[in-house]
Amino acid sequence: MPVLWIALIVLAAAAIAYVLARRSALASAQGDVRRMHSLPSYYGWHAFIMTALPALLLMLVWLIFQPLFIENRIAAQLPAEATATATAQQLAMRDVRSVADGLQAAISSGAITPDEMEAFTNDPSTLRARLGEAGVALGGNVTPETLEAAQNFRALASTMSLTMTVLVLGVALAGAAIALKQVRPDFWARNAVEKTVMGFLIFASAIAIFTTISIVFSMVFETMNFFSQYPWQSFFFGTTWSPVFHGNSQLGIIPLLWGTLYISFIALLVAVPIGLFAAIYLSEYASNRVRSFAKPLIEVLAGIPTIVYGLFALVTVGPLLRDYFAQPMGLGSSGTSVMTAGLVMGIMIIPFVSSLSDDIINSVPQSLRDGSLGLGATKSETIRQVVLPAALPGIVGAVLLAASRAIGETMIVVLGAGAAARLGLNPFEAMTTITVKIVSQLTGDTDFNSPETLVAFALGLTLFVITLGLNIFALYIVRKYREQYE
Amino acid sequence: MSDISSHRERGSLLVADARTKRRNAAEARFRAYGMIAIGVAMAALVTLLVSIFGNGSSAFRQTFVTVPIALPAETLDPSGSRDPAEMAKVTTIGYGNVLKAGVVAAVREAGVAPEGIADNDISGILSQEAPAQLRSMVLANPELIGTTVETRLLAHGRIDGFFKGRVTMQSAERDSNVTPERLQLATAMRDAGMMSSGFNWGFVTMPDASDQRPEAAGLGVAILGSLYMMAVVLCLSVPIGVAASIYLEEFAPKNRWTDVIEVNISNLAAVPSIVFGILGLAMFINFAHLPQSAPIVGGLVLTLMTVPTIIISTRAALKAVPPSIRDAALGIGASRMQTVFHHVLPLAMPGILTGTIIGLAQALGETAPLLLIGMVAFVRDYPGGLFDPSSALPVQVYNWTQRSDPAFVERASGAIIVLLVFLICMNAIAIILRRRFERRW
Repeated sequence: MPVLWIALIVLAAAAIAYVLARRSALASAQGDVRRMHSLPSYYGWHAFIMTALPALLLMLVWLIFQPLFIENRIAAQLPAEATATATAQQLAMRDVRSVADGLQAAISSGAITPDEMEAFTNDPSTLRARLGEAGVALGGNVTPETLEAAQNFRALASTMSLTMTVLVLGVALAGAAIALKQVRPDFWARNAVEKTVMGFLIFASAIAIFTTISIVFSMVFETMNFFSQYPWQSFFFGTTWSPVFHGNSQLGIIPLLWGTLYISFIALLVAVPIGLFAAIYLSEYASNRVRSFAKPLIEVLAGIPTIVYGLFALVTVGPLLRDYFAQPMGLGSSGTSVMTAGLVMGIMIIPFVSSLSDDIINSVPQSLRDGSLGLGATKSETIRQVVLPAALPGIVGAVLLAASRAIGETMIVVLGAGAAARLGLNPFEAMTTITVKIVSQLTGDTDFNSPETLVAFALGLTLFVITLGLNIFALYIVRKYREQYE
Repeated sequence: MSDISSHRERGSLLVADARTKRRNAAEARFRAYGMIAIGVAMAALVTLLVSIFGNGSSAFRQTFVTVPIALPAETLDPSGSRDPAEMAKVTTIGYGNVLKAGVVAAVREAGVAPEGIADNDISGILSQEAPAQLRSMVLANPELIGTTVETRLLAHGRIDGFFKGRVTMQSAERDSNVTPERLQLATAMRDAGMMSSGFNWGFVTMPDASDQRPEAAGLGVAILGSLYMMAVVLCLSVPIGVAASIYLEEFAPKNRWTDVIEVNISNLAAVPSIVFGILGLAMFINFAHLPQSAPIVGGLVLTLMTVPTIIISTRAALKAVPPSIRDAALGIGASRMQTVFHHVLPLAMPGILTGTIIGLAQALGETAPLLLIGMVAFVRDYPGGLFDPSSALPVQVYNWTQRSDPAFVERASGAIIVLLVFLICMNAIAIILRRRFERRW
């Protein structure tokens, strides 16, 4: 763990710098705090930051770029046929890396001495057996080129690590020296420290943006990669989904999209009436006592992990629907079905509909209700003809948010809906969704160059665009509505 | 004058007319719909919990066989040195033979064996994990060799299922893993006190087991992996989330840039979790070459998911601190940064903690993104650090639902009970914190 050690050394140096700077600040003001611009501890913190921050940042950047740099250098040394295509290069580099890792592990565990290793250069065929004895398994046989590259890889890596250690410690010491030199009573240490803290605050709030950007980039690149191997027309308009792992797959999104929308529709059919009536009852009729226990209980439904709902669908709801509805009515004999997943998902999104609707109904001004009741309308007439129309845009927003939840939900459909891509109307048949297919294409051994794997990224991007669109639209409606009565 | 009213039917003030009755009935109906809706939601919650607890509570009880086993020195320690490193050369197959001989002898001696039962049927009541159990017991305590030890061993999953009502005599006839004779023997052994059921500590401590031995499958690795991931999430998401909310709530100017950040955060909170899994796969595993199935990758992905939740609740907590506090601090000469860190933040702490715990609870139950970064792998070794392969509680549940043996359904439900216990504890802490420290200004 040398990296951890370096970091600890830097932090220890920073702590020492803190103590020294604080002491020298007090000394320079002859122990009279009033003559200093900032409190003594700020001089200390300034020294701490100057010591630790640049050094640790340098280390971070170095650690990120070192593998890329080494990879480029080594790839240049590999024979031309191994780097002809991007795929071949990736495979060759993977071999080199695993051999290098294997050698490293064997040497650090003491199974192979560095002297012995030199001998392998002449006779790579024994390497695999020797490493196997040492408890390091290599995938295939090692070619001389790979071995040479791996040796270079190790040499380069160790030189660079050494350079990094020296540089990082040097930067830390230089930072400490500068900070200690800066200590004077009229140095604005507090402002310097606060500027750094502010930088961290801004950086933290930008992480949300970084996340979004990296989500989009991670999917867009692979999706473009996918469309270079598979025509986009057949993806968006294809009505068959049948991935075959030796090529020639048909990867049309239509059946998946249909399954997704069908299941979400059934879920909304369950959740909207229940959620809406629950919200109306809780906000208009319920006494405080009922409200104080019913509302949290309904919200518990939103706190239960989706895997629990998935298991519920698989073990309880699926067999129940099959034995009591599907089979007697002759509609199929599948435990996993659109109905199962939709019903369970509907239960899950009840609180999404009810909580938001509750808020929105509560924010309808009381004067509207008073006016209607004063004209002699009953409570339900007031709700139906005054409150609900006033709250309608907000409720639509709530339903859209719930719909976007339903569309993006994974575990319930993985366990409850089945895996057969099918375009059909029978709700008791197994169908599949976009999320299920993302999971099945990306779990297990995946080859990132076949369209069968890459399609998952295109599916993910489609899902992201659909849910993002729904969310933005829903939030826009809800926000606009809130402003209306403020 | 009275003509106008004479055309209309006069109603009594004391008796409701038909229209009023209709309207009142509509009112009552409407109200009933609301009550029914709440009733349905509650019923769904209760059914869900009852079904999970009903299926899963039996996972915490397990059938054990207690028999005396003779441990012959010549097979288990051929070198005679009692050195665990030497003895480790005897594999579980060697222990399996010792075990078989011991069980057969014990059962025949106790006279509980049905007429004409084969030796294989007698040893078949034991779990396939039992030899490994015996081996680790002997290796941990070499002195036992050469003696006869009263040993408590796992019974076979089907025997366990028989006592739990999952396996019957009829189903045993069609089953290649168990025969009716074994079930008869098991009943006889239970009556003779050689087989009993007890609390299954192994379920929370042991690692996962293969398809053939559901009785030995446990949650040890998964719980450890989940704890590692929660540690990563806690260490990363709290500083980032709190810092971001302080900036947005206390310092950020109102301009387009901060607007973009705000919209971004509220949208990130609603991005489907599986998309974060794709991000983790592409960024942390394919690009940064972090190891698959490692808690560090899971922790990073869950951090990205948790940060928006923490930001939203932290901002609410900061907003709840009244401006008079800030004005007072600024008035006696504190800088804005000092105001926030010395006064506002401590006062907002209970709210921040509550939000953090709820965000962590959400992360703990998240499954879909972890499937994509390889946490589904079958891991039997306890992870020693953040970079070792590991499993996670919710993924273990998914894993068990994909196994064919019905005994794994019981295990999966049991795992959910463990998961829910964790979640209930976390939420209870959050509620207590809120009750205890919340201040109304």
